[in-house]
Amino acid sequence: MTSNNPAVFLLMVNGQIEAADFPEYDDLYCKYCFVYGHDWAPTSGLEEGISQITSKGRGSQSLVWNFPLDITFKSTNPFGWPQIVVSVYGPDTFGNDVVRGYGAIHIPFTPGKHTKTIPMFVPESTSRLQKFTSWLMGRCPEFTDPKVVAQGEGREVTRVRSQGFVTLQFNIVTKDMKKLGYETTSEHSAATGLTRTSQNM
Amino acid sequence: DLPTAEEAYNFFTFNFDPEPQQQPRRKKRHSRRREAEEEGEGESGEEDEEKEEEEGEEEGELEGEDDEDLFIIDQSAQDFLEVKRAEYIGYSRRLQRERETLFVPSMRPVPASSKLPENVRPRYLEEEGLYVGERPPVCLTNQNILENRILKQAEGRKWFGDDGCIIALPDPINESSSRPPLFHLEDELDPALQAVYRKALKTKHVNLYITGMGDPQADYQLDVDASGLIFSHHPLFSREHVLAARLAQLYDQHLTRQHKNLTRLLTDKVTQKCANKTKLPALSQVTQQRIAEYKQEVRHTRQLRDVEQEKDRALLKSIIRVWKELKALRDFQRFTNTPFKLFIRREKVDREQDEQEFENDIIAEVSELEAEAEEDYQRKMSEYRRQHEEWKSWKRKQKKQKKKRQQEEEEEDEESEEELGEEPEKPEPPEKPDMGDLEEQVREKAARIHRKPGEPVLIPELTVSGPVTPNEQCPRAEFARREDVAKRALFIKVLYNDKEVSRTDSRTLNMDFRVHFGQIFNLKIVNWPESIKLQVFESVGSSSSLLAEVCVPVPESSILTGSAPFEEMEFSSNQRVTFNHEGVGSGVPFSFEADGTNTQTLLTSGKLSWKLSCCVSWAVGEDDVPLAPPSSQPGGGMYSGLRQMDAIACIGASGLNDMKKLGKWAAESRLDPNDPSNASIMQLLSVVSGGDVAVPEYFRLEQLQEEFNFLTDEELHRCRRFRLLRLRSQEVPEFRHFKCVPSMEREISEKVFQDYEKRLKEGEIIDTKEHIDAHRALVAKYLQRVRESVINRFLIAKHHFILSDVVSEDEVPSIGLLGWNLFKLAEPKRPLKPRRKERKKVTAQNLSDGDIKLLVNIIRGYDIPIRRPYASKPPVSAKSGRSFAEPFTAPVSSHTPQQGSEWPFGQPLIRPFVEVSFQRSVLQTSTADGPNPCWNEEIVLPFSAPNGDYSSTSLQSVRDEVFINIFDEVLYDVVEDERERGNTIHTRIERHWLGSIKIPFSTIYLQSRIDGTFKVSTPPVLLGYSKERSLGSEGGYDAVRSRSEGTFLSLFITIEPQLVPGDTIREKFDSQEGERLLIASEVFEKEASGRFPDRPCLTTVIDINGKAVFVTRFIRPLTPPQELLDAFPNGPQETAELVARYVSLVPFLPDSVSFAGVCDLWSTCDQFLTLLAGDEEEHAVLLCNYFLSMGKGAWLIIGVAIPEVSDKPLSQSHINKTEGGKSQISVGEIMETHQWKSFEMDVKTLYFCMEPISGFPLHLPFSEIRPIIEAVHSTGVHKVEAPNVEFALAVYVHPYPGNVLSVWVYIASLVSAR
Repeated sequence: MTSNNPAVFLLMVNGQIEAADFPEYDDLYCKYCFVYGHDWAPTSGLEEGISQITSKGRGSQSLVWNFPLDITFKSTNPFGWPQIVVSVYGPDTFGNDVVRGYGAIHIPFTPGKHTKTIPMFVPESTSRLQKFTSWLMGRCPEFTDPKVVAQGEGREVTRVRSQGFVTLQFNIVTKDMKKLGYETTSEHSAATGLTRTSQNM
Repeated sequence: DLPTAEEAYNFFTFNFDPEPQQQPRRKKRHSRRREAEEEGEGESGEEDEEKEEEEGEEEGELEGEDDEDLFIIDQSAQDFLEVKRAEYIGYSRRLQRERETLFVPSMRPVPASSKLPENVRPRYLEEEGLYVGERPPVCLTNQNILENRILKQAEGRKWFGDDGCIIALPDPINESSSRPPLFHLEDELDPALQAVYRKALKTKHVNLYITGMGDPQADYQLDVDASGLIFSHHPLFSREHVLAARLAQLYDQHLTRQHKNLTRLLTDKVTQKCANKTKLPALSQVTQQRIAEYKQEVRHTRQLRDVEQEKDRALLKSIIRVWKELKALRDFQRFTNTPFKLFIRREKVDREQDEQEFENDIIAEVSELEAEAEEDYQRKMSEYRRQHEEWKSWKRKQKKQKKKRQQEEEEEDEESEEELGEEPEKPEPPEKPDMGDLEEQVREKAARIHRKPGEPVLIPELTVSGPVTPNEQCPRAEFARREDVAKRALFIKVLYNDKEVSRTDSRTLNMDFRVHFGQIFNLKIVNWPESIKLQVFESVGSSSSLLAEVCVPVPESSILTGSAPFEEMEFSSNQRVTFNHEGVGSGVPFSFEADGTNTQTLLTSGKLSWKLSCCVSWAVGEDDVPLAPPSSQPGGGMYSGLRQMDAIACIGASGLNDMKKLGKWAAESRLDPNDPSNASIMQLLSVVSGGDVAVPEYFRLEQLQEEFNFLTDEELHRCRRFRLLRLRSQEVPEFRHFKCVPSMEREISEKVFQDYEKRLKEGEIIDTKEHIDAHRALVAKYLQRVRESVINRFLIAKHHFILSDVVSEDEVPSIGLLGWNLFKLAEPKRPLKPRRKERKKVTAQNLSDGDIKLLVNIIRGYDIPIRRPYASKPPVSAKSGRSFAEPFTAPVSSHTPQQGSEWPFGQPLIRPFVEVSFQRSVLQTSTADGPNPCWNEEIVLPFSAPNGDYSSTSLQSVRDEVFINIFDEVLYDVVEDERERGNTIHTRIERHWLGSIKIPFSTIYLQSRIDGTFKVSTPPVLLGYSKERSLGSEGGYDAVRSRSEGTFLSLFITIEPQLVPGDTIREKFDSQEGERLLIASEVFEKEASGRFPDRPCLTTVIDINGKAVFVTRFIRPLTPPQELLDAFPNGPQETAELVARYVSLVPFLPDSVSFAGVCDLWSTCDQFLTLLAGDEEEHAVLLCNYFLSMGKGAWLIIGVAIPEVSDKPLSQSHINKTEGGKSQISVGEIMETHQWKSFEMDVKTLYFCMEPISGFPLHLPFSEIRPIIEAVHSTGVHKVEAPNVEFALAVYVHPYPGNVLSVWVYIASLVSAR
């Protein structure tokens, strides 16, 4: 695999879904999946996962999952860069499992450690009556596919309400990106400063 | 009437005499007047008039008073003063008074009517479309006040315009000043005011500012980098320092000489030229001349080389000499001040070769000199000869004259003597050059300037690594000197245009007399740089003295900070400094020798080294723009513009304008291209001749556009990768699911596009080879095109989302549903007859091959045809296929012969089993007994999606079908020997096809489960089987059976895990129907679905153009083909049946397969008959239309079915059942089955001795060959493995009007009876 003319580049993502901040809800769990373009293929690791249910600690407001992510993609084209889609679920007052938030974010481009916070949102009921019945029946409106939140198409027909945050941590390693001509780190970071005594007049 | 100055003066200086008569009167008048006024206030009316009257009265009174005054001459002051109470006027009273006197304009707006003349309506010019300027903004209250005030005045209305507003100019300020002009033009102007013309002068200071060049924002910066200072002499130098400095200097010289390596260069030149000379053929005049030139050149270069060589040698010698002196001095003074150390490296040379070279050189030179000398000699000789000739002739003449004289002594001829003049000297013959001497000379010279052959090459190396004696070990004088040195500090002042702008920090002088500053001064300048000076100051303690001043040239504007080289400037001062310690001082003689001889005088001097950038470079801005001012040369504006593209400026030779001239000069002067000092010029010339530096003469609008195009358009189109990506994003079917487009262009082969291009190219060409006739091909092509266009439409429609596509939300439950839910709570937890429960659906994601399985549960069959008894050799029948191999079946089979003989009572009627084949995997049930078997077996078949793509669109387009075949398992006893029958079983199993059911996978996928009893499509005739009703009645199932004749199979088919079917039926197509109709149909649909939620209700359907059409538009009476009507002229029932049969013979093409992911498409009857392919609805519509035209009452019933399982109405649910459609088959079959009879007869006559025969006719509507072959294949006739089996096949095609064909395939397999 150490050829000088690689055909693909690799993107290794590991990290974790660290914690969530949902002030109103408790006992939540989350699911994640990846959405990526045609030119991407996962080579190893889990593409989807479902976490344990966590409750808030005494006095703390955040829900900690520390749910690990570990996946490696290969690709030939940065178009369709993978996004992680996180959806959070939890019981409502009657104990029905309802969705508490959807969110998506691109995997960071640059190698290194990144901590990202995703704002979450849920689709709104279409009417008051719907809202009431959905509350009563424990069937909140959901996206037909959580991957909807990773794409822009068809979003204009929905109404959503923002709800909480999820914090993720990524460690990114890339391979052969530069060999294929994709530059992800900026040039300026390498610029050196000259020390000189300067005197303006 | 002001008083004049004189009057005023008089007034103030006048000594007023009391005027007693006047004063009281005045007082009186005053008081009286006040009274009168008070009175007047009472009457509010005509005040003015009264006042006037009063005035008049007063006049009168005054006259009267004059008389009184006469009596009051001596009255006291009290009489003159009147003390009165302060009078208070009440507020309201005062207001009243004021109101009478003062006019306060009201702030209220003035009614428009009062501003305009009577009965005139305000006219607004603006509304009439005229332009009215914007009025200057005035506060509304102010305007009201003004208006009120104006209205009070006489003719106040003239101030108002037609619109009732005050006339106002848009802009109250006059455009031009209205100052009256001076009309004195005709008059003579005052000479003092006469204008005088002066030529415009530029002030001196204007040019000083760079910003004067027209770029006020310009930001120019000059960087001065003062890097350091090295003294080549300093007053505090000790003697050793002096020597060391000299040594260093010499060494530097040596290094630079070595770097240039002139000697080597010249030597090479000499040898090359010699070679050239010898090469030239000495023939023509030109070459002769050239050779002479060469000789000249060679001689010249050799001289140069000799000089250089001599210099080199002298330098080397002097270096060594100075080093020796230095060593001597160090020995003498017994300490060292300088770390200099000279090493002399000897480089061994090959003695022989060296000698050889040396000799060659000398020989060459000698030969050259000899040649030269020879030439010289020859020339001299020729000269001599000529002279000698002259002399000889003279001599001869003289002799003749003498003779003559002797002869004509007497003739007194004296002129001749005069003529001949003096006697010319006898020329000396030139010396023959001494060749030996010449060689001696050359050798002597060589010895002087050249190292001896074989002598090692000496390379001096100066290092500064030597130890310096520490201070403590030095003598006092030296110690004092060192102390003094330590006290000295140096700094440099930078002067710009003779103004000090900055100075460096002061640095102490080091022992080695080098000072490092390393400071960069950034000068932001506004004035043109005229001079940049650096002043070197030396400070001792607090006092400082100027050592030297150095002028630095202003840099070219092309010299920038990053690229400027360091440059060294030399300076010296003529100060006289003496010391009483070891320091040698400056400007004073001193001697190295102890005896004071050999005195020398040195002046303080040094090298100030700086980067040229020091004073000289222009800084580079943050955005890499040089902060240099534009060139100040005349016409510089143009020039600096050109410089941007001036290649010459780039290489640093700015200011060189005329390249051609330079090139010419270089060519004329025969510049040596090998000379390193010429290198830059040669490079420059090559640039000039090679690169075109001419400024383009044309103008380009977007001249930078090309720079940003990183590819031309053609290249972009040719790029395969880009094309692939583009086609994929356009969702072209070939590339829609293309994964992992290779990252490199070269990895994409042209093959990728072959299919696509072929399709594009062959869009119109119809390939008739694959189809039986051209019509079918046409239809297939047409269908393909329709399919494509519909899919394109659908793809576009798929990108329009509605809420339910994105968000899944529960409907608001109705009361009935709530009630049902409540009722469900009361349900028994474990019902006796459990129902199949809905399973959780799995979205088609993350699935791979083998994850999906097809479950086929075969429950039971009804009315399977039974075997017809045969007279001879009855087949052996085993209990079951499975148990056959088991040992305990042996006794059972042992009594089969008896069974056979007892036929038909003991022989099982039929032993059917079911075989399910799907995607090349075939599984079968166990064998059951009897015509109404019960299997209740579950068969699990694996499913794999095409290309491993488990997306819903891909799953929908799976065209695979599930074939469910019923076979009869027949066992033949093949035991040859009757004796073995007791202990050996040898049977052959044969399977006879009885019928089949086809279920497309797409149906299962879309329905998610199929549950019911299906009619098995059995051939009308099965050889060897009879369709008689089975013997025993089976009670409850009669009801099912009696519905329709034929064989039935109860099935349950589903997919495990359950897949969510893709959103298929969502009609988002345009419509050409009227808006009202659409709305009404929508209302109807809603209403109907409210009443019957389980039933589908269609109002609009999609036609083949992808438009929504109202459904009844398809129903019109349509006359059936005349042939059909003529067939039974007096049997309307038969005619109806024939028509129904005709319709059923049009091939079926399920929509869900051809238009994957798209809803049903309805084609009109015309289209249907043209295409000769269609769905159930097309058949139903056609039949309905025919019946309507035949005068029957016909309705079209739309229901839900297991879609597209088969054309016939199913037992469970009836699709498209039209009136009379029930008996579709019978008539035609009767007509055609007699063909079968004849076939059977033929077969029988041929093989009458053979038995058993198993065979059947297959009846199919004709569409293509392939489905017929498949249908035959699926019967498994060929699977008979008897050794002497024979097959019979016949095909009969019955034509119907309109290209509808009915195909019969007759197949029989016969086992020879030998």
